[in-house]
Amino acid sequence: MSITGKIHSCESFGAADGPGVRYIVFLQGCKMRCKYCHNPDTWNLSGGEEKTADELIQSALKFKKYWGDKGGITISGGEPLLQIDFLIDLLKKAKEEGIHTTIDTAGNPFTREEPFFAKFEELMKYTDLLLLDLKEINPKRHKELTGFENSNILEMAKYLSEIGKPVWIRHVLVPENSDFDEDLTALGDFIGSLSNVEKVEVLPYHTLGKFKWDNLGIAYQLEGINSPEQERIKNAQQLLGCSKY
Amino acid sequence: MENREQWSSFQGRLWKEEVNVRDFIQNNYTPYDGNESFLEGTTEATDKLWGKLQELFKEARAKGGVLDMDTEIVSSITSHKPGYIDESLKDEEKIVGLQTDKPLKRAFMPFGGIKMAEQSCTTYGYEPDPELHKIFTDYHKTHSDAVFDVYTPEIKKARHNKILTGLPDTYGRGRIVGDYRRVALYGIDILIEEKIKDLNNCGCGVMTDDIIRQREEIAEQVKSLKAMKVMAESYGFDISQPAKNAKEAVQWLYFGYLAAIKTQNGAAMSVGRVSTFLDIYIERDLKNGTITEKEAQELIDHFVMKLRMVKFARIPSYNELFSGDPVWATLEVAGLGSDGRSMVTKSDYRFLHTLENMGPAPEPNLTVLYSKRLQDNFRNYAAHISIVTSSIQYENDDVMRPVWGDDYSICCCVSATQTGKEMQFFGARANLAKCLLYAINGGIDEKTKQQVGPNYAPITSEYLDYNEVMAKYDTMMEWLAGLYVNCLNLIQYMHDKYYYEAAELALIDTDVRRTFATGIAGFSHVVDSLSAIKYAKVKTIRDEDGIAVDYEIDGDFPKYGNDDDRADDIAVWLLDTFLKKIKKHHTYRDAEPTTSILTITSNVVYGKATGSLPDGRKAGEPLSPGANPSYGAEQNGLLASLNSVAKLPYTWALDGISNTQTISPDALGHTESEQISNLVNVMDGYFDQGAHHLNVNVFGTEKLIDAMEHPEKEEYANFTIRVSGYAVKFIDLTREQQLDVIARTCHKAM
Repeated sequence: MSITGKIHSCESFGAADGPGVRYIVFLQGCKMRCKYCHNPDTWNLSGGEEKTADELIQSALKFKKYWGDKGGITISGGEPLLQIDFLIDLLKKAKEEGIHTTIDTAGNPFTREEPFFAKFEELMKYTDLLLLDLKEINPKRHKELTGFENSNILEMAKYLSEIGKPVWIRHVLVPENSDFDEDLTALGDFIGSLSNVEKVEVLPYHTLGKFKWDNLGIAYQLEGINSPEQERIKNAQQLLGCSKY
Repeated sequence: MENREQWSSFQGRLWKEEVNVRDFIQNNYTPYDGNESFLEGTTEATDKLWGKLQELFKEARAKGGVLDMDTEIVSSITSHKPGYIDESLKDEEKIVGLQTDKPLKRAFMPFGGIKMAEQSCTTYGYEPDPELHKIFTDYHKTHSDAVFDVYTPEIKKARHNKILTGLPDTYGRGRIVGDYRRVALYGIDILIEEKIKDLNNCGCGVMTDDIIRQREEIAEQVKSLKAMKVMAESYGFDISQPAKNAKEAVQWLYFGYLAAIKTQNGAAMSVGRVSTFLDIYIERDLKNGTITEKEAQELIDHFVMKLRMVKFARIPSYNELFSGDPVWATLEVAGLGSDGRSMVTKSDYRFLHTLENMGPAPEPNLTVLYSKRLQDNFRNYAAHISIVTSSIQYENDDVMRPVWGDDYSICCCVSATQTGKEMQFFGARANLAKCLLYAINGGIDEKTKQQVGPNYAPITSEYLDYNEVMAKYDTMMEWLAGLYVNCLNLIQYMHDKYYYEAAELALIDTDVRRTFATGIAGFSHVVDSLSAIKYAKVKTIRDEDGIAVDYEIDGDFPKYGNDDDRADDIAVWLLDTFLKKIKKHHTYRDAEPTTSILTITSNVVYGKATGSLPDGRKAGEPLSPGANPSYGAEQNGLLASLNSVAKLPYTWALDGISNTQTISPDALGHTESEQISNLVNVMDGYFDQGAHHLNVNVFGTEKLIDAMEHPEKEEYANFTIRVSGYAVKFIDLTREQQLDVIARTCHKAM
């Protein structure tokens, strides 16, 4: 009996979540409640369509011709690490097919406690790259923005650095929420202390996901906040040292 | 042929024995593997001329689109005295020649139909000379009059109800590409000599209908060639001899094309595959040190400037069909030779570079003949041009080369034709979505309630049964295919007789191969309708006469555009079935039947005339363009949509399968280099599966909405977008068509 995952949706053409052209699987369920989330429809832990790893791999392989030498699959969400057993099965099978694998995560479920940690260690065997969201370095602001502390997330970043697993660090820049010079500088220093970072991306906040909040009948948290100015984006890129990677 | 001094240093034999430009190209071109860094910007002359032309375009827009019209002279190769972009700048024009005596002045062309020629004048406030009316009604018959003389009542009814639609019976059929390169390589005198040889060798001496017609046609061609010399002479050039350098080669070639657009206002007036050919002359001059790169680019820029100026007088109903004033001056770059060498030369870069030097533009309709085996440098450069200008289209050389060889041109928006060897009978479209409704309603039109098709038994049940619908659809399509071919036979016969394309055919082999291009409209809607009937429950809503006029769908069904075989298999079946029905019938001059799935902006007009469909599309809404999936049907992103279209076998639709996709820049990657590499991967993957064509737009919906609301903004003056098979300036579309473009799926970042 194979494990099934709870799938929110799949996108055949992802060109902004990992290297090259990628098939994106959005897993259902996330515990974080980030104010700027553009996929609040993936929060519910019990929704989604049940699918097996084999089914997903078959669907993904239909697009192999578009991947060139860099592309592959990205597992996003939701928070993929919440379905770690399924994730292991999925990525293991993907590697058997020679597919480049990426996990797009915010790291919230990470812990060095068992049974999670052993599973995570196994998962890393089948993972080529992680896109790790660092939403705020300041724990208080992180909690305000997402509802959770960030210590385990930073711990995960350190662990990945220890094992030399390639990561791309991503920071969503939201005016008044995650755009503070002192935090960006500290985040830049933290990233600088890691040895496995291949790329640092600043993702400017946009309001394209707002309609989903409206559809779900949830009050939008960032009413009145606009996308950041070009100048602030450049500033963040500089403080995070994007050009160094 | 005797060796000519103009051919010194050119290699090869066969092209000197017979008229054979392909052989000349293969023996002499220099493939270029490098990148775009050699390219040069504009010269002062280019800036001045392009600046002047921009003013003229603006002036024309202020006057409702038309700057000036001729109301007295019937256009011919020699009808007008020379014209220049600006008299005071005429020495700056490296390539000269206008359709009339003034820039952007539209010629009077009555041979397609006098009423249309007159109406196109009066629409814009011009009064044509009444004497012309008399001549072309009392003394000389036109193509359109002749066609309507012979139409049957059944054809007229089908045409009136728009199940056959966009037919070239009131306008020129176009789509014939003269091999304009011949003028440059051989000069007119050799071409005349060769045609006269053909005239003398025509038949065995017994005067059958075919032979008489062919003799007359060759005689017309020779007259055209002679007229070309006279026209060139008026500009101060003697084109009786081969071109001796790059400047002459471009100029001679352009004179050949100019002869075509002075005599025909066809729906598509393609330039053809000229970049590799011209590069041979430029390379020779560069080697001899008689030209610099800057001057080479200037020649191409000035040539392209001329192609941006091509205009025809059109009637409003034509503009509704083909919005934005297109002429399909289609010009191809790249492709591979049969020997496997890339045909990309520096001039292929130079042509694409015109979009950087002079900004985005819809014409010429620049087409990249794409293969994964083209150099990375070139594929990347083309992708860059797409991202920056959205002005070019891609067609799969790997599926076309086996069919058409390595010297084909694109004769319309996307249809291939062997340059100098073939001509096409353009035949517009049959509305297969309407045909499905006729099958349900027993041949009664759902809009006009007329009995248009045969009065076969209609479907009377409340819910549609898949097997019953399929059986009835099959017989109704059988009827339509027969009627359609008959109708086109009449049209092509009369076009040959009353509006013969002598200038173009003078530059094509006498022993020409003909293709008979039919087309399909409403493709995706038929597929989704049949899928809905098969996989969901479709209830008919009937009017007081019992005619099914609307449909209610209960349940989900697979839709074309999601890489779902359940729907895509219906798509493949539909194409196969229609083509086989077309092929059963006799075609005029034994032309080879082909079909296409490539409605142009006409999808909006066709949609207006089509009632509600079982896929949920409501009466009057636009049909989806070309082979594109229906609006909102694509649920799994761009690549799933591309995979669905790629399943349609090109060899079953040799006239072309057009697909237009819009990708927001953010969805394509975070940086331009990522965007380039991702776009190249998308095209490699799509074309590697045997797909035929892709229009690539890179912009977001927000930009379209802003351009629609603020057309006066400077940044939108040249904002060009690809629509089905061609490009337009977005602000030249009607509001209805702008809304249609906005409604189409834009693939965004998730």
